[in-house]
Amino acid sequence: MIRVQEEDFDVGAEIDGLAPGNRSVGGIACFIGVVRDFVGDDKETGTPVGAITLEHYPGMTEQKLAAIEAEALQRWPLDGCLIIHRYGRLELGDRIVMVATAAAHRADALDACQFLIDWLKTEAPFWKLEETEAGGQWVDARAGDDRRAERWIKK
Amino acid sequence: MKILYFAWLRTKIGVAEEDVTPPAEVGDVAALIEWLKGRGDGYAEALADLSVVRVAVNQEYAKLDHPVGPDDEVALFPPVTGGKGR
Repeated sequence: MIRVQEEDFDVGAEIDGLAPGNRSVGGIACFIGVVRDFVGDDKETGTPVGAITLEHYPGMTEQKLAAIEAEALQRWPLDGCLIIHRYGRLELGDRIVMVATAAAHRADALDACQFLIDWLKTEAPFWKLEETEAGGQWVDARAGDDRRAERWIKK
Repeated sequence: MKILYFAWLRTKIGVAEEDVTPPAEVGDVAALIEWLKGRGDGYAEALADLSVVRVAVNQEYAKLDHPVGPDDEVALFPPVTGGKGR
């Protein structure tokens, strides 16, 4: 399931709802992205950030997330799959994104979860405006994200 | 033709979306962008460096040689940054 929404979500309730009553599930993996207080590789050399605003392309976002989920369901035997992505203004510590997967075995759940978050960062049409002391700065894509996603390209 | 702009392309151009009627010889994304650049300083500035501009036609990522027509929805935006962790 995919959801694109402005409001926050309840992580525990979402995990409970992933594959309710399915006794074949042996493991659930979950990644949650939150708003951090700096831009850059580490806090010492980075730029402080106060909040972010996420803009997206309604319609294309849902389509891209659904395609990413379909790809994961094809590659791994999952009993449950969830992507929630928020948009709008988010403060430090706020949840941005949640990816959760349920499978009989932990390796499938963990691999699929990592695949989903890596791919959605390079494929889903979101743009981040960071509030810094210098004002609002649109964030450039980073080569590191593409490299992480490329690990999942089938040879 | 419906054109959408996102992130700093939206702020530089000053509109989020608009309906345009380019001349008939504008048949692909590259020609459309050239034509849009003539619409004002904001357009010319936003579209000056195409290495930092990405395109979607009808909500699918597209390259500069992708055909466009009157019924298409074309979006221009920077490379996506998702909910990037780092």
